[in-house]
Amino acid sequence: MLLSKKFVSDYIDLPKELSIKQIADDMTSVGNEYDSAGPLINCTNLIVGKVLECVNHKDSDHLHVCKVDIGSEVLNIVCGAPNVREGIKVIVALPGAVLPGGEIKKGVIRGVESNGMLCSIKELGLDNKFLEPKDIEGIHELPLDTKVGTDPIKALELDDEVIDFELTSNRGDLLSILGMAYELGAIYKKDVKDIDLTYKENKENIKDEFKIEIKTTDCPLFLAKKVKNVVIKESPKFIKNRLIASGIRPINNVVDISNYVMLETGQPLHYYDANRLGDTLIVRNANCNEKLVTLDGNERNLNENDIVIANKNEAVGLAGVMGGLSTEIENDTKDIIIESAIFDSIKIRKTSKKILRSEASNRFEKGLDPKRTYMAIERSCALLEKYADAEIVGGMLIHDTVDKDEKVIEVRYEKVNKVLGIEIPKDEIVSILKALGFKTLEKEDIVIVTVPTRRLDIKIEEDLIEEIGRIYGIDKIQGKLPELPLKLGKYNKVKREIKNKLASLGLNETLTYSLIPQSEVHKFTTDTFEEIMLADPMSEDRNTLRYSLLYSLKEVFEYNNARNNSDISIFEIGKSFYKENNEYKEKLNLAVLLSGNYYLDIKKTKVDFYILKGIVEELLDYLGFNGRYSFITGNVPSELHPGVSALINIQGNNIGIIGKLHPNVTKKDIFVFEIDLDKLLSLHPSKMTYKDISKYPSIVKDVAFVVNKNILNGDITTLIKKAGGRMLNQIEVFDVYTGENVKENEKSIAYTLTFKDDSKTLSDEEVMQVFNKIINDVTSKLNCTVRDK
Amino acid sequence: MEKEQERKNIIESLEKELKVIKTKNDLANLKALYLGKNGIVTNLSLKMKDIPNEEKREYGKFLNEIKDEVSLKLETLLKEIERKELEEKLASEKIDITLPSKKIKKGSLHPMTRIQNEFEDIFVSMGYTVYDGPEIESDKNCFQKLNIPKGHPARDAQDTFYLKDEYENFLIRSQTSTAQVRAMEENKEKGPIRIVCPGKVYRRDEDATHSHQFMQIEGLVIDENVSMADLKGTLELFCKKILGEKTNVRFRPSYFPFTEPSVEVDVTCFKCGGKGCSLCKQTGWIEVLGAGMVHPNVLEMSGYDSKKYQGFAFGTGMDRFAMFKYGIPDIRTIYGNDIRFLNQFDRKDGE
Repeated sequence: MLLSKKFVSDYIDLPKELSIKQIADDMTSVGNEYDSAGPLINCTNLIVGKVLECVNHKDSDHLHVCKVDIGSEVLNIVCGAPNVREGIKVIVALPGAVLPGGEIKKGVIRGVESNGMLCSIKELGLDNKFLEPKDIEGIHELPLDTKVGTDPIKALELDDEVIDFELTSNRGDLLSILGMAYELGAIYKKDVKDIDLTYKENKENIKDEFKIEIKTTDCPLFLAKKVKNVVIKESPKFIKNRLIASGIRPINNVVDISNYVMLETGQPLHYYDANRLGDTLIVRNANCNEKLVTLDGNERNLNENDIVIANKNEAVGLAGVMGGLSTEIENDTKDIIIESAIFDSIKIRKTSKKILRSEASNRFEKGLDPKRTYMAIERSCALLEKYADAEIVGGMLIHDTVDKDEKVIEVRYEKVNKVLGIEIPKDEIVSILKALGFKTLEKEDIVIVTVPTRRLDIKIEEDLIEEIGRIYGIDKIQGKLPELPLKLGKYNKVKREIKNKLASLGLNETLTYSLIPQSEVHKFTTDTFEEIMLADPMSEDRNTLRYSLLYSLKEVFEYNNARNNSDISIFEIGKSFYKENNEYKEKLNLAVLLSGNYYLDIKKTKVDFYILKGIVEELLDYLGFNGRYSFITGNVPSELHPGVSALINIQGNNIGIIGKLHPNVTKKDIFVFEIDLDKLLSLHPSKMTYKDISKYPSIVKDVAFVVNKNILNGDITTLIKKAGGRMLNQIEVFDVYTGENVKENEKSIAYTLTFKDDSKTLSDEEVMQVFNKIINDVTSKLNCTVRDK
Repeated sequence: MEKEQERKNIIESLEKELKVIKTKNDLANLKALYLGKNGIVTNLSLKMKDIPNEEKREYGKFLNEIKDEVSLKLETLLKEIERKELEEKLASEKIDITLPSKKIKKGSLHPMTRIQNEFEDIFVSMGYTVYDGPEIESDKNCFQKLNIPKGHPARDAQDTFYLKDEYENFLIRSQTSTAQVRAMEENKEKGPIRIVCPGKVYRRDEDATHSHQFMQIEGLVIDENVSMADLKGTLELFCKKILGEKTNVRFRPSYFPFTEPSVEVDVTCFKCGGKGCSLCKQTGWIEVLGAGMVHPNVLEMSGYDSKKYQGFAFGTGMDRFAMFKYGIPDIRTIYGNDIRFLNQFDRKDGE
C-alpha cells in the first residue's frame, strides 16, 4: 500500500515537523512495516526557467543552444529535445542536480558550453505507466504563468512524499486513506476529519428504471446508484497526482474518481456504462466454463466458484476482481451505474489467485466495512457531481444482509497487564483506546469498548490488548525471565551421539532434500511400500518423499565428483516416508556413503568394503551392540554389487544393508550402508558394566585353514567359537592368502586364537585339548585342511 | 709386596686391553679372560691352597678386592659402550619432522546440526523438552487448529505442498508451529507445557534466501502466568547466547493468526553492531523471529482453558541464524553439501 502524505493530509493534520521517514518509523513501531519512504520525485537542484533564445547547434542536426533565464542568472544550456523553443517555461536541472538517471554536470557539448539540462517528465523518475508519449519524447512545458526561479516540482504539484507499506494481512482497514488517517491519529493523538458526502439528487428514482437481482449467497451487500450526463475529460491535477502517488494510472475523470474513492475508503467500486448494460444487474455464480472478456482484453474461463455480475444476456464483470470489457466507461459514456458491494472474501481470494490479483481483489479478500460500502457510493456521487458534471438519479438499490452492529468488548485492566507483563495505568489504557477512535465506558475493573465496524480484525479482549500494547509501545515492555518450576529438559541424545561418533570417524554430515524423483523412490531397498507423492510439486525432480536416503547421498557424491572432490565419506540421518494401510508413516534412517580415499596419508588408503564394515562395527559397538550383530548374505537391493554386499543383522533382525554400488548404477567405486535407526534403537543395547581384569595369563595359538573359496570366514569363526567354548577369549584373522601353495579354488585364512580363564592359569594341556577340538571340528565339518601341518 | 705387584700387573694389563675394546662382544670376551672359569683373576684363587692358613683370610680379601676392581672397570666400560651405542642409534633414527603428517580424514557435523544443537542446549538448560513432530501433517494441525481456517489470507504467505489426492487435507508441514498443536493435544492433563520443536519444513519457494526445504524451530510455553515480558526476557537471553552478549532485542507489533498480541523480533545487526549497514538496510536491526502470546482460540481448540492458562510461542528459521552466524550468503550452499563447504565445520567455534 502506497500512502501519499498529501492525500492523507486531507483527513488528518500531521505535525508539521515530522519527516516522512519519521512517520514511517512511527508506523513501524505500531506494527506497520514499510519498504521505502521518501519524496515522490527524487530529484535535487531543479528550478523553473524560461527559454529566452534558442538557436540550432552549428555542429549538430538536432541539438539546440539555449539561453535560459532562471531568475538569478541566464544559463547557456545545450538541449536535444525537439520541442525546445523560445518563450516556453521549462524544468531546469542545475549543475550538481541528482536525478534518478544520474548527476548533472557542467560540460561542453560539441564545442558549446552547457550549464545544466532541460528535463522531460520521464527524467524526473516517474514510472513509465504514468507517462504519455510527450512526457518521454520532449522536455516538459510548464504553464506560461509559472514563475521563473521557483520549484518546478511544486508547480507540477508533484511535491508529495510517499511511504510504501508492507501491511499484515489482518489489517484490511489500512488499505484506505481513511484507515491510515485513524492509525496516524492514534499515534499522534489527532482527530480524523469528516469526508464530504454531499450532493444533490434529481427527481427521478433508480427503482423506476433499473433493478438488481442477487442470486448467490456470496454477495451479502450490494448497492447500486445511477448518475446521468457525465462529461468525460481529464481529471483535475490533484486527483491525477494522488493516483500517481498511490501507484494507479490516471485514465479519465470518471474512472479516476472510482479509483480515488477506493483509495479513500478502501471500498472498491465498479462503474458500468448504463446504456450498454441494460436495465438489470444480476449477481450470481458463474456457470461451468462461462467466458468473460475482462477490461484488459483477456478472455477468462470461469466456473461455479467464481462470482460474476451479469445483465440479462451475459456476464459483464468478474465480481471483486475486474470489470468486463463490454460495459466499460468509454469517452462517449453518458450514464453510469455505480456498484458498491461486498463479496465473499474467500471466493474472491480463490478467483483472484487463479485469474488476477488487482487493487480491488486485494481489498475484497481482506474483508470490508459495510459502512464504507455505503460511504463509498455516496462519496462517488459527490465527486462525480463535482468533477464530472454528473446528475445524480434519486434513490439507491440495496441488497443488504450484513450485520452492521458495532462489537462491544469488555477489557479487564488486570488482564491487559497480565498478558503484557507490564503496568499500564487505567487512564492510559482508556486514552489509547480513545485515540484509536473506539468508544469507551469506564467501570471499576473493566472498560467497555465499542469497536467501529472498520476494525474487522478486532473480535476479542486479546485483540484489544494487542491494540493497547502496540500503541503504548510493545518495545517498552521490560524483559524478564518466567517464574516457572524447575524442570528437567529432555532431548534426543542418542541421535546426537551417533552423529558425533560418525564425525569422529572422519565422516562429513550432509543435509539433503527429502523430495526426490518418483522414479528413484523404490531404489536401494527391497522393501515393498506405497510411496508418497506431492499434489503440486515444484518439479518432477522433487515430487516424491524419499524412502531411502541413499539416492540423496549419491547425488551429493555426484555433485562433488563433478567438482573434483573425490574423497567422499558422508552420512545423513533423516526421515524415511511411506504409506502403509492408508496411513502416512515416518521412520528415522542413517545412511553412509564412502568413495575415494579414507586415510589421507602420503600412501592413501582407498575405500573398500572392509573400511565401511569397520565403520558399521565401530558404530554398533559404540551403541552397545557388541557381539550381537553379524553381516549375513541375503536378499539385498539390486543397486548393490551381489558379491560385495550384505545384510546387517542383530540377533535375527535385519536392520540395514551394506555393500558396494552395482556397476549398473555407477562406474565409480562407491560403498554405502543404510540402517533403520528406529528399528536398531528399539533393540535395547546392553548396559555398560566393569569387568575385572584377569590376573591370569592368556595362551595364544595360531592356526591356518585351507578352505574352498566359497566358504566364508563367518562359517569358520562360528565353528571355532562353538568348539572353543568359554576358554576361547578372542579370534583374530591375521592373514587371508591365495596363490602359491594354495589350490586355485581354495584360500587360506589364518587365525590367532587367544585362550584365557579368569579364575586360574591355564595349562598347555588344557589349551591343546580345546585347540585340537577346534581343528578337528573345522576340518571335518568344512572338509578342509590345516595349512603347514 | 708380591701380592701388590701381582694386582698391579693384572690391572695394568686389563687397562691396556680395555683401551682397544669397542664392542660389547669384545668386552664380554675380555670379561671371560679375567673373570671366566679359567680367567686370570679366577686362576689366582688356585694359589689359595699354597697359602699358609694364617694368611688365607688376608689372601681371600685380596682376591675379592682385585675381583671387584676388575668388575668395576669392565662395568664402567660397558656403560660407556652402551651410551655410545644408544647415541648412535638415536642419531640414525633422526627423522624429518617437517614431512607431512599421516592425515586422518576430517569429519564434521553439518552447520545446521551445529545450530540446532546450540538452540536445543540453551532451551534444554531452561527446562524445555525438545519435541520431535512428524513432517507429514494434517491441514488441521498445520493450519486450522492454529486459527488459520481454510481460505484464510495468512495461508498465502506459506505456499504449502499438499500430498497427492489430499488437497487441504494432508501436507508436508510448512511450519514447525504444528508442534504447538501436537504438544497441547498430547497433554492429557491440559497443564503446563515447555517445549521447543526444531525440524524440517517445506514451502513452494526457491531463491538465494529461500529453499523449498528449510529448518525452523518453534517454542511454546504454557502456564498460568506467562506474559509478553517473560517472552521478551526469554528471547533476550536466547539471542545473547546465540549471537553474542552485546545483542539487544526489539519487539515490533505484527500479526500471526495463532498469537495475540503478535510481535516480530529484531536483534542488533550482527554485521555492524547496530550502527547501520547494507545488511540491516541502515536500520541497525535484523528481523529474526516471530512471536506472541498464544491466541485463546488456539488454546481452546486443543482443549485448554484459556481463562486459566496463557502462553507464549516463538518461531524462527534456523537457516537464517546459520547464514548470519557463519556468514553464508546463499541458502542453497547449505543444501549443496560441497565437501569443501562441509569440511569448514570440523572445529570448535570460537566463543
